[in-house]
Amino acid sequence: MTTELLIGSISLLVIAIFLGVELITKVPPTLHTPLMSGANAISGISIVGALIGANVSYEGGNTATSGVLACIALVLAMINVVGGFAVTRRMLNMIAGKKKDKS
Amino acid sequence: MILDWVGLGYLFSAIFFILGLKRLGHPRTAPQGNQLGALGMLVAVLTTIAEMQVFHGIQGAILIVGALLVGGTIGYIVAVKVEMTSMPEMVALFNGFGGAASALVAFSESWQFIENPTIPIPTGLSLYVLVIATGLSGFVGWMTLSGSLLAMLKLKGGIEIFGQWIRTPTWGPTWLNPIKILLVLSVFFLVAMSIEAPTNSDYIIGILILSSILGLLLVLPIGGADMPVVVSLLNSLSGIAAAFTGFIILNSVLIIAGSLVGASGLVLTLIMCKAMNRNLYDVLFKSFGGDELEELLTRTKVGSEPEEVAMILDGAQKVIIVPGYGMAVSQCQHQVKEFADLLVQKYGTEIKYAIHPVAGRMPGHMNVLLAEANVPYEQLIEMDDINPEMPEADLALVIGANDTCNPAGRGDEGPLAGMPIIDVDLAQTIVVVKRSLAVGYAGVDNDLFYLDKTLMLFGDGKQMITDLNSAIKDA
Repeated sequence: MTTELLIGSISLLVIAIFLGVELITKVPPTLHTPLMSGANAISGISIVGALIGANVSYEGGNTATSGVLACIALVLAMINVVGGFAVTRRMLNMIAGKKKDKS
Repeated sequence: MILDWVGLGYLFSAIFFILGLKRLGHPRTAPQGNQLGALGMLVAVLTTIAEMQVFHGIQGAILIVGALLVGGTIGYIVAVKVEMTSMPEMVALFNGFGGAASALVAFSESWQFIENPTIPIPTGLSLYVLVIATGLSGFVGWMTLSGSLLAMLKLKGGIEIFGQWIRTPTWGPTWLNPIKILLVLSVFFLVAMSIEAPTNSDYIIGILILSSILGLLLVLPIGGADMPVVVSLLNSLSGIAAAFTGFIILNSVLIIAGSLVGASGLVLTLIMCKAMNRNLYDVLFKSFGGDELEELLTRTKVGSEPEEVAMILDGAQKVIIVPGYGMAVSQCQHQVKEFADLLVQKYGTEIKYAIHPVAGRMPGHMNVLLAEANVPYEQLIEMDDINPEMPEADLALVIGANDTCNPAGRGDEGPLAGMPIIDVDLAQTIVVVKRSLAVGYAGVDNDLFYLDKTLMLFGDGKQMITDLNSAIKDA
């Protein structure tokens, strides 16, 4: 780990925070729940961490517990990701169906 | 240079997430936004798997693929099968899983040093970053898990244990707040201690226990009506946990996506608070509701009959329908639509639906249900726009809504004080379909029910509206 890498990572964090604040401005109440649900699915990005963790644990050898923990993390993250996007899609489909009636 | 394509893959994934979140905030582009988010996730996962294959060789491929399949199948089945009414609980549950995944990655990362002493422990700056990131990721992740699980039970209203229905408690004296701060400080202390002794498992387990307790204590005092705000806040936390996990493995996409969700989730939480005229600090640290007011109900009201209501409806020019959680529970949105159609056909009545921003258990809950029943979009009017029209309404039909039209919201005292309400009490006649006079989610008695111009139809929403529809046909 170099200082440059750490500073670079912290920069990413700070810029992404500012971007996140700017992204969400005026959201109609209808979309509050789908937006929350969609953002929730994106926070399942820890699936990448679980994948790497599971692999590294096996590479290290002699680290069965860590591997099992990472695999559980993988299952939970996958539920979060797949379930999250599917639920959001279901909610939006209903709202979209309504929109079509309008036009 | 050899790692460049991995970084590029993550960059594309991050761009998809940013565009996805942006589009999710606008009605027309929202479905596309969701797809972009899913695409970003796919790119991130494929990039990671490719990177693992090329540079490390995938170990335990069967386990990894198996875990992905199991998780994906469970997630998909649950998401497709779940009833529309339980959607909010599902979001809370998924959110808890996301937080748990981040915490488990952190746990697994620290545990491998304990398990296998031959793995060299990093030194200097790397050690600091590793320990602080695993500590904070665990802290926020476990807190998100326990808090989300409790929030889910609170949204359900209770839990069935051995056939007995146990109501989720709401409890939070003010002395609990210093304890929460003490817990946070203790966790930080444990993280600091871990820097000295990174392989001490007591510290790691201590962080797990204290953070879980903190998550429970954070959600326990919060009344049901504020639960959407809490779920949104927990969603923000699960993003922050993912960002900390990103620092453990120094992964750009985790840091970007995690902090995006963390920040936008917080903004969304504040928007929701504003819609409910609540202040986030009050929601979190001032306990509302929970007082068992049910026994205090001394007033009674004689119930009305569908036939009586049908007679009043004959000649009504404008009817405003106010749906609430009761409509969601009894799944009577189709009957409600039929009711509206009947009135239009028979009397040419003008029909409008008054949508409170937090009617049901989640914002947008009613819009989704009514859209399912093919109610035209332009008939759904938001609270601020419908309130001025309320005095013109010959009749307001309240279906299973309570707190969102409780005049106590205009007062200065009690859990509902200051909450914006639909001015149902200004309508010429009010008909309330409800199972009993019991208090609503916020635990406050509703004066609306006792007005002289209010007719109560006691019963299940679906049954009552069906009866009402046949009464109108016969009239």
